[in-house]
Amino acid sequence: MAAEGNTIDALSQFILVPVLGRVGESVGFTQSNLHMLIAVGLITALMMWGTAKRALIPGRMQALAESAYEFVHGLVTEQVGEKGKRFFPFVFSLFMFILFGNMLGLFPYAFTYTSHIAVTFTLAAIVFVLITVVALAIHGRKFFGYFFPEGAPVWLAPIIVPVEIVSYLSRPVSLSIRLFANMVAGHVMLKVFASFVVMLGGLAVIGPFVALLPLALNVALVAFEVLVAFLQAYVFAILTCIYLHDAVHLH
Amino acid sequence: MDPAAYVAAYKALGAGIAVIALFGVGLGIGNIFSSLINSVARNPGARDAVFPIGILGFALTEAVALFALLIAFLILFA
Repeated sequence: MAAEGNTIDALSQFILVPVLGRVGESVGFTQSNLHMLIAVGLITALMMWGTAKRALIPGRMQALAESAYEFVHGLVTEQVGEKGKRFFPFVFSLFMFILFGNMLGLFPYAFTYTSHIAVTFTLAAIVFVLITVVALAIHGRKFFGYFFPEGAPVWLAPIIVPVEIVSYLSRPVSLSIRLFANMVAGHVMLKVFASFVVMLGGLAVIGPFVALLPLALNVALVAFEVLVAFLQAYVFAILTCIYLHDAVHLH
Repeated sequence: MDPAAYVAAYKALGAGIAVIALFGVGLGIGNIFSSLINSVARNPGARDAVFPIGILGFALTEAVALFALLIAFLILFA
């Protein structure tokens, strides 16, 4: 698995495998879906358990739930403003779903569902449809003025308008590829260095000692991946907020 | 040499060329953090306000590197 012959097979970890025996096989229920369900269950458990007591002095769980809530709440109100508060539940669930997906993937034997572009692009497409619908609902036809900034000389329109339209349409693409590529690259890197450990460990007497180097590097990489897992969820959420700001206020 | 060997060789070359984008990304990330250090050194009070922006800039720039890496993977394996 890790190192067959002398090649490093880093991408086989992303292959989808049906779980739950025959039932899972017949409906195409893969480990990716299973991990999504686990993530949703964990988020629900965290929020339910964290808010069950409503203690004045929060315990550990309540503090965790409250800080997650306040973090996203601050993000939304800071970026979108008062009008953005009604989008808070959406951004919060998006953030928690991506964060738990990224974090779950770092456990041994776990699967990162955000490492599949089908998943991330679906999330980004939901965001894209939402911002377009919100902008159309609030501004009506004025929304199309978004593609031509006020005060720009009219003769520049043939250049500016296509550029603005392309940049608007490329939002879901860049949003989804950023998250997906980060997750894939991180896990490939972990796998490559883990393969180095195995390959070097199989060498002669000195091999196991040399193998300590990639092992130490892998430990550092896992810490880095924890940072990236949080950072990418944050970036996804903050870009959603920035797009929502554009949709609500039009520049 | 048979054609398959040529294809494999050019795939490896193409993947190598694709990650030349890292040149710009390295410059960009260096720039971001040098400005971040500069601004915090000049005004330590602004640290809390400036730090998240710096990290956001880092993540957005790093994404460009990953686009290049993705293209390299596509060339090699797809």
